Amino acid sequence: MIVRFHQATLALGGRPVLSGLDLALHPGELVGLLGPNGAGKTTLLRAILGLVPPSAGTVHVFGRPATRGNPGIGYMPQTRGDTALRLRGRDVLAAGADGHRWGLPWPGPATRRDIDRALELVDATQLADRPMADLSGGERQRLLLAQALLGAPKLLLLDEPLTHLDPAHQAALVALVARLRSELGLAILFGAHDLNPLLGAIDRVLYVAGGRATLGSVDTVVTGPALTALYGTSIEVVRAQGRVFVLPSPAPIQEHAAVPG
Amino acid sequence: MRNAFAAGTLVAVLAGPVGYALVLRGQSFAGHALAHLGFTGATGAVLLGLPPLWGVIAITALGGAAMGAMGEQQGSQRDVAIGVVLALALGLGVLFLGFFTTSATQATSLLFGNVLGVDAPTLWTLLAITLATLAALAILARPLLFASLQPELAEARGVPLRRIGVLFLALTGLAVAGCVQVVGVLLVFALLVAPAAAARALTPRLLQGATLATALALSQTWCGLALAWFTDWPVSFWISLLSAGTYVAATMLERNRPSPLPLRDGPGRPSPLPLREGPGKG
Repeated sequence: MIVRFHQATLALGGRPVLSGLDLALHPGELVGLLGPNGAGKTTLLRAILGLVPPSAGTVHVFGRPATRGNPGIGYMPQTRGDTALRLRGRDVLAAGADGHRWGLPWPGPATRRDIDRALELVDATQLADRPMADLSGGERQRLLLAQALLGAPKLLLLDEPLTHLDPAHQAALVALVARLRSELGLAILFGAHDLNPLLGAIDRVLYVAGGRATLGSVDTVVTGPALTALYGTSIEVVRAQGRVFVLPSPAPIQEHAAVPG
Repeated sequence: MRNAFAAGTLVAVLAGPVGYALVLRGQSFAGHALAHLGFTGATGAVLLGLPPLWGVIAITALGGAAMGAMGEQQGSQRDVAIGVVLALALGLGVLFLGFFTTSATQATSLLFGNVLGVDAPTLWTLLAITLATLAALAILARPLLFASLQPELAEARGVPLRRIGVLFLALTGLAVAGCVQVVGVLLVFALLVAPAAAARALTPRLLQGATLATALALSQTWCGLALAWFTDWPVSFWISLLSAGTYVAATMLERNRPSPLPLRDGPGRPSPLPLREGPGKG
């Protein structure tokens, strides 16, 4: 078992964000982490990273309680607005390669080999010598994905890497992640706002909403009744032309309904 | 003049790398604020009968650590807090200045620097803080860089963000104390921030950037001293003029640089990424 939540409650500032989490991720599986904004996707990832200790229950990673600085986890945080990184990609990657150790930031030969390997895995070798700010969104995401692959992790946590990408680049990034999974045998938790770019690539879906989470196949989790139970309000799931749409059910009085998915 | 060259060299070598890290972290305002604190430290030390430089070192290092401890707060809120504290510090500095009845020259040399008046003990102190700060920065450099560029990731890897921030601003305080000796409290930006910002505009490489920042700070200081010698105009004027000129030239060069990649896929031009195998999209 790569990750196991057992009766876990995750709280931020004393307020429970997610509770009653009971889930397990298997080695080598690609799981889509879905849910509306603010539902607790990032909190769940941070719990796996040991940054949010469970206020109740347990979170185990690789069979041990989750702790900060686990070298077996590769993490790609959500991109912030400021991408004015004037440094070249290779230097940004090198800064993070053994960034937790003291000393001068010049990578040794082993680290440099690791950086080259990671860049090659995502086909970003040519991108790495240009300033990050000169790259397109998709190229920058590939470099950050390379960074997450440094140190050969067994588990990859991707926090909404598709944000700010157009559909073509979304599809390309999903294909790249799927390829990494099969080439490296990684377990991957892929956070996303919309299920559709992930359809066909993911094995299972971890859906977070209404303070709870449920894990299962797309066909069992992303259904009207299952999501209605999760959200606590009436949800309808429409499938059309191979795509899935999660919609709040039309109710007589429902202004500004939060459109999930 | 020899003391002035030695002091200027030491300070420039210190200001280059520290300033580069400061600009990289987007904390140049903190550097400016620390310099103002230095004024209070210097006047306070004089009041107590101590060398002004000691007062500057003590208060800027402490002030830096305190600002680092506030680091978690929101940007604008933090800037206001820093601004309020530095206004108070300058006010206190004026009060201390009022207590001792020396002429305004002492205040002027604190505000605008008096590198030509550097004596041997000051030079030794500058040597000590330069060596100590650079050694500490060398130890801190890797996690500092990681924490500056990718704080979320650094935190996940176990980098103590807050402690790093506190330590770094304390080091910045020491570098500021050195700069105050050369260009004075009000012109610290010219030595600490402007060369680093110019270097950032000129190269995307880390090592080259830090080296270039140091080289620019050095050449500004040396040229400033030489020009002051020939013209009899203040050293600080020349350094600040050279610094501003270098910064403007660097930003103009950056703007006019041809785009290194004419064929990039912008958001308006979707092109599939080169993949080894076709996108297996469902």
